[in-house]
Amino acid sequence: MPKVKIPTPLRQYTAGSPEVEVGGATAGEALGNLATEHPDLRQHLYTGDGKLRSFVNVYKGEEDIRYLEGQDTEVAEGDELSIIPSIAGGFGGERCR
Amino acid sequence: MPLKIGAGDVDRIHEHAREAYPEECAGALVGIDTGGVRVVVDVWLADNTHEEERRRRFLIEPLAVKRFEEQAEEKGMGLLGFYHSHPDHPAEPSEYDREHAWPGYSYVIASVSAENVEDMRSWTLRGDRSGYEEEPIVG
Repeated sequence: MPKVKIPTPLRQYTAGSPEVEVGGATAGEALGNLATEHPDLRQHLYTGDGKLRSFVNVYKGEEDIRYLEGQDTEVAEGDELSIIPSIAGGFGGERCR
Repeated sequence: MPLKIGAGDVDRIHEHAREAYPEECAGALVGIDTGGVRVVVDVWLADNTHEEERRRRFLIEPLAVKRFEEQAEEKGMGLLGFYHSHPDHPAEPSEYDREHAWPGYSYVIASVSAENVEDMRSWTLRGDRSGYEEEPIVG
């Protein structure tokens, strides 16, 4: 099964584990299975309509899956996927408290 | 949980915010989470690589975040969160901030004008993403 590396802010949802093994033949399947096994993760990875959030970056090894085949990127036994945050913000839009 | 930032690190954040004005600045807060208080040991400046509208947007690239995480761990510390500036706007998170925030990190926001840093406050995203809790900044 592929392994998924979990960034620090999300480890609270994987019982502190920095790395989780999940089933799946593609990156999308592996992430979906991860969110099913750790349901509190889902809202931080996916938008309400089920798309990966724009600041959630997924790397297979050293490569961003956006530059491979996206969520259809194949993963095999021993492959390592990493979820890597990008950090964005700014004052535009409504204030939020 | 209170966020402890020493005067020297506060000065560096303020200086970065003033230098970047009227654009937004951003950087990483590195330190130790003691369980009762988060102690910032160092602040690391980041490049705002947002392609446009840097007066109201900032972006720290994923590989920069990964490098910060690895460097913090090498030093026996952790990535506690990030700071950014709001030029001519309050030190409060925006809806755009909330949409892009991660749980577990501290988000320090400095309100900066042409003259000075007017205010600085720290926020954490609620676990259900519904909004923020303010955390006190202590010296």
